[in-house]
Amino acid sequence: MIPVSHILILSATLFFIGMYGFVTRKNLITMLMSLELMLNSVNINFVAFNKYLYPGKLDGIFFTIFIIAVAAAEAAVAISIIINLYRTHKTIDVGAATELKH
Amino acid sequence: MGGYEHTLWTLFLPVISFVLLGLFGRKYFSKSAGLIGVFLLLLTTALSLYTAYQYFFVNGLVDGIYQKIDAFKFTWLTFSPGVSIDMGIMLDPISVMMLVVVSSVSLMVHIFSLGYMKGEERFATYYSFLGLFTFAMLGLVVSSNLFQMYMFWELVGISSYLLIGFHFQRPSAVAASKKAFIVTRFADLGFLIGILMLAFYGGSLDFNTIIQHLSAQQSSAYLAATTASFLGVTALTWGLTLVFMGGAGKSAMFPLHVWLPDAMEGPTPVSALIHAATMVVAGVYLVARLFPLYALNGASLEIVLNVGLFTALFAAIIACTQTDIKRVLAYSTMSQIGFMMFALGVSGTQGEQGLGYTASMFHLFTHAFFKSLLFLGAGAVIHFVHSNEMKDMGGLRKWMPLTHLAFLIACLAIAGIPPFAGFFSKEEILLATYNKSIWVYAIALITSGLTAFYMFRLYFSIFWRKEYNGHSHPHEGTMSMKIPLIILAVCSALVGLIPFGKFVSVGNQPLETHFHLMFSILPIIIGVAGILIALLMYKKENDRPQNMAQAFGNFYRAAKNRFYMDELYLFVTKNIIFKWVGRPSAWFDRKVVDGSMDEIANLTLETSKAIKGLQSGKVQRYAMYFFGGIAFLIILFVYILK
Repeated sequence: MIPVSHILILSATLFFIGMYGFVTRKNLITMLMSLELMLNSVNINFVAFNKYLYPGKLDGIFFTIFIIAVAAAEAAVAISIIINLYRTHKTIDVGAATELKH
Repeated sequence: MGGYEHTLWTLFLPVISFVLLGLFGRKYFSKSAGLIGVFLLLLTTALSLYTAYQYFFVNGLVDGIYQKIDAFKFTWLTFSPGVSIDMGIMLDPISVMMLVVVSSVSLMVHIFSLGYMKGEERFATYYSFLGLFTFAMLGLVVSSNLFQMYMFWELVGISSYLLIGFHFQRPSAVAASKKAFIVTRFADLGFLIGILMLAFYGGSLDFNTIIQHLSAQQSSAYLAATTASFLGVTALTWGLTLVFMGGAGKSAMFPLHVWLPDAMEGPTPVSALIHAATMVVAGVYLVARLFPLYALNGASLEIVLNVGLFTALFAAIIACTQTDIKRVLAYSTMSQIGFMMFALGVSGTQGEQGLGYTASMFHLFTHAFFKSLLFLGAGAVIHFVHSNEMKDMGGLRKWMPLTHLAFLIACLAIAGIPPFAGFFSKEEILLATYNKSIWVYAIALITSGLTAFYMFRLYFSIFWRKEYNGHSHPHEGTMSMKIPLIILAVCSALVGLIPFGKFVSVGNQPLETHFHLMFSILPIIIGVAGILIALLMYKKENDRPQNMAQAFGNFYRAAKNRFYMDELYLFVTKNIIFKWVGRPSAWFDRKVVDGSMDEIANLTLETSKAIKGLQSGKVQRYAMYFFGGIAFLIILFVYILK
């Protein structure tokens, strides 16, 4: 059986990749993808802990499914925002949306 | 002792007049306002007279004295079971007497104003203010407790302010109304503190209760009030003196008199009502109301005596030199109120010794009639000559015979020539002072001689001296201006014959006043002498007045400039109060109070400027802060705070 630390390292790696992408990329779509990456790393954690610590229960798995559903909704909202941003600014560069500063 | 419900209506009717004319007057009653006001006042006067009749003749004496009757009473504000402020109507001889005086003089002024104020743009407003004043003054005289009196006291103050400043287009009227308000307000500060002191030691605001508590010399309240002291003066004396300060402000006693001459900026009928017959005697009334306390407290009564005496002489001297006829009358009013004050000052509380009290109230009563007559007469003259100055008048007797006759009667009354009203009351005052102290008597005698002189100086200057050669054509006024003159002239001639002591006396026990023929001779001679001197100097144009003025030199100049009292006040306010109190206070307010608030605002502004760079609008920057914050918290909780 694979030790739990391997899975945790995987999820941590995924999380930091996502974080790096979220902070560095200017393209909103890429940022959204990075965000999904972070969410999925969390999902992996949930599933892993469920399997290793409470094998008889399903709570972690339910939570994972719940997160996937929320992430889908969130992606829909985010993409519609991106479309609107494109319509108004003719770009999906995140640096262009800084009107709130003023 | 019921059956006085109608007395309440004497207060309500003027209020109706005030509200109705004040709210709707200019729109709906611009022509009929006067008639409405007169009609309501007529009812008020009828009710007052009926109340007086009922009080003195139907209920009359019970056990040899006139009882105090609470015609109406309810508890208005209850602070605790023991402390409450009531509203009520208390009837006793002086309040009933004042009811009659106030309502009848007010009625005369209402009628007179029909002609005098005709064609004024704010005719209805004028009548509504008169209604307010009448209400406030009637409320003041029937007050059953100090606090109620204080409220109505302020109400008469504000209506006086409104009426002095009635012609607010004139800067002088605005200044005069402000001056009157501020000076009397300043005096009322003393009044309020005095009320609080009396109420604290007397344990109540009610007149009867306070007097009962503080005049029983063995009671604990009296002992507490006389043992507590401040600056070596007992609390009771302080309280009474401060209350008298309020009275002195309203009654224009020296040194709080400066507002009264300026108050003559108001329309003349207003001067007749407020600044001659009713409001300015409120101070006398106040002292009379609390007289049992003053009589027990020698020191405060002494102050009343001295202030009254000094004002009487001081104002009489100034009155001899003024040339504005309304100002002469104003100073004459001050002088006569001084008479009333020192008559109270020499009075005792028992039987014959209480003559001063009766005399004071009697003089208040007669003075109301002849002084309002003088003012209305002067108003009629001013109305047709369009000037207040003596030099623009003269020889008017041919043009205004009725006014001339009425004015003459009033002058004889105030000069104390029998059988006119003033003779009897002044005689009683002189007798009371004679019994007390020969010095007071001497000064009173001199003052009454001066009174005769300056009144006839006024009379001759207006109606004789020279042929009238002004531009306008003076003539008698309308019917509405003649009737009050006739009625008041009849009153001035006859009210002295009322056996006043039978109705009003200290302790409310009828007092037999005797007429001493031998005693009266000297005052009459002095009065006639004053008239004769005035006759010599002013009946025909001659240079005697100038010679006289030169003979007196500096003294004359000082008197003509009102002994520089206004300048003194200006100096004190401008150079001392404004400079040493006003400006530092303003500086403190601007720099410290406002300054600290400004600093707080500036600090917030600066802080926000410093940190607003953090809010760049860049999402990724925010994400960095967010992750950084989480990393920081993790380090904090996991490694440091374990």
